[in-house]
Amino acid sequence: MSTPTLPNIASQIRRDIVRMVHGASSGHPGGSLGCVEVLTLLFFEEMRINPDAFDMDGIGEDLFFLSNGHISPVWYSILARRGYFPVNELATFRKINSRLQGHPATEEGLPGIRIASGSLGQGLSAAIGAAQVKKLNKEDSTVFSLHGDGELQEGQIWEAAMYAAHHKVDNLISFVDCNGQQIDGPTDKVMGLGDLAQKWTAFGWRVHVCDGHDFDALRSAVSKAKEARGSGEPQVVLMKTAMGKGVDFMEGTHEWHGIAPNDDQLASALGQLEETLGDY
Amino acid sequence: MVNSRFIQSLEPTVNKDTRSGFGEGLLEVGKQNDNAVALCADLTGSLKMNAFANAFPERFFQVGIAEANMMGVAAGMTIGGKIPFTGTFANFSTGRVYDQIRQSIAYSEKNVKICASHAGLTLGEDGATHQILEDVGMMTMLPNMTVICPADFEQTKQATLAISKMHGPVYLRFGRPKVPVFMRPDALFEIGKVQPLMEGNDVTIVATGHLVWEALKAAQALNTRGICAEVLNVHTIKPLDVETIINSLKRTGCVVTAEEHQRNGGLGALVAQAAAMHHPVPIEHVAVNDSFGESGTPAQLMDKYGLNSEAIQAKVDAVMRRSNILA
Repeated sequence: MSTPTLPNIASQIRRDIVRMVHGASSGHPGGSLGCVEVLTLLFFEEMRINPDAFDMDGIGEDLFFLSNGHISPVWYSILARRGYFPVNELATFRKINSRLQGHPATEEGLPGIRIASGSLGQGLSAAIGAAQVKKLNKEDSTVFSLHGDGELQEGQIWEAAMYAAHHKVDNLISFVDCNGQQIDGPTDKVMGLGDLAQKWTAFGWRVHVCDGHDFDALRSAVSKAKEARGSGEPQVVLMKTAMGKGVDFMEGTHEWHGIAPNDDQLASALGQLEETLGDY
Repeated sequence: MVNSRFIQSLEPTVNKDTRSGFGEGLLEVGKQNDNAVALCADLTGSLKMNAFANAFPERFFQVGIAEANMMGVAAGMTIGGKIPFTGTFANFSTGRVYDQIRQSIAYSEKNVKICASHAGLTLGEDGATHQILEDVGMMTMLPNMTVICPADFEQTKQATLAISKMHGPVYLRFGRPKVPVFMRPDALFEIGKVQPLMEGNDVTIVATGHLVWEALKAAQALNTRGICAEVLNVHTIKPLDVETIINSLKRTGCVVTAEEHQRNGGLGALVAQAAAMHHPVPIEHVAVNDSFGESGTPAQLMDKYGLNSEAIQAKVDAVMRRSNILA
């Protein structure tokens, strides 16, 4: 069997997302669908990881931190499809006695997850701490983190941003999912974020901007960000994305931030997404 | 009957602050374990972390005035095997960062040691904004969290070393003022085990932190009146050594709890809960009763809010009256 292409994987991940959220009658499809490409690139191409023998300390591995934990469906699907745990377990998402909690958690021992997230704004600090330990341990590994743009309204993000620049944490690459949407509406209306590129630059980070649905653009951004190792500058990739990407009636609106499709909507969504790796 | 396995002297000649015990302990931890790291939110001098910072600059991380980030970075540093010790005042170690501790440390079972100085009223002149009296309640409520409140300089040093050797999140609470050093440096310190400091059959005094010395003073004064008090040092508030406490209550039939904390949610509430379940007896509390603190010297504040030897003696009288009536 030939290795599936990244777009093929992404299509299956999207099917998993809408099926999981439908199966649980709850969850967050919008942000999940918008972050499929970046996570597919990281876990299926970029990151040096060891899915067969997950270890909390991850010595010698690249690490990933999901700070906007509500987009757990995309991460769970990625982890399962990458071999961290059985794909069939995706059917237990948000159900009683499941390892796939509504928001990612370590308590149930789900392989791939190193810290709980869900209460927003905390993942950047954790990623920074882990990146500093990579340096203390004399590792050349890279730490990645993903954040929502709405999440940047949390003050802790900017405490962490200041800290990372001050301590020259240049083995960290943080992605911001710039979909311009949050629960109550467009970010511009709820709480304007201003010029994010200028903000991150002013905090001492090197900023990369790219299309978050274009694998080549993402690959190029990661490559440039990795070249900055040794510069002392932490790296941020502002990804322009569409919430709900890939399902026409979910795309570009905050309406699908946190609700599940009904049976008809599921059928419509699946009709737009090719089954490439086999549904769970 | 003084237990000389634990007590160095009931007439101590040296006063030291418990935070200095933490500072000395942390330096020792740094020498013993290369994985120990320390983070501080702009209070390195107040927390006595300078010795560690100078000895191990590559393992010391200045965070600035950003406690939420400090908790998150500490949680992240456990991934890869480090043992982070965070340092700031108790107020900023708990209430200010409760959600960060809850999600990133306690729920995530991270091996972070939250080291909190200037707890309680004895912070003194800075006043109520800084005098946290709710921290033990907040921290004991968190699943996975161990809560330790040592009695003096020597015990704080011991506790700092002990928590470095256990896996899991810990809240270590200590204070600012210089107080008598009465514990033996070689006293057996076991996390989760009550230390019986004085034996007696008339009343049990269950104390933690700065109030342990006050309890010993009270017991000596009571002894001159023919009252023989048992004094238990509860340095570990969670997990609580219910067995030792209840066994004492079975002998004495009444108990006074003493702590530099709110009555609600503190050691006294936990002891009352345990007693109600296992061996109900009359109980009185020496604690702050649902109020904030204020500016003043530590001694003035402990007197005004009823947190000293005299207050303990008065509560012993009260609880023994109730006990005798019940008997």
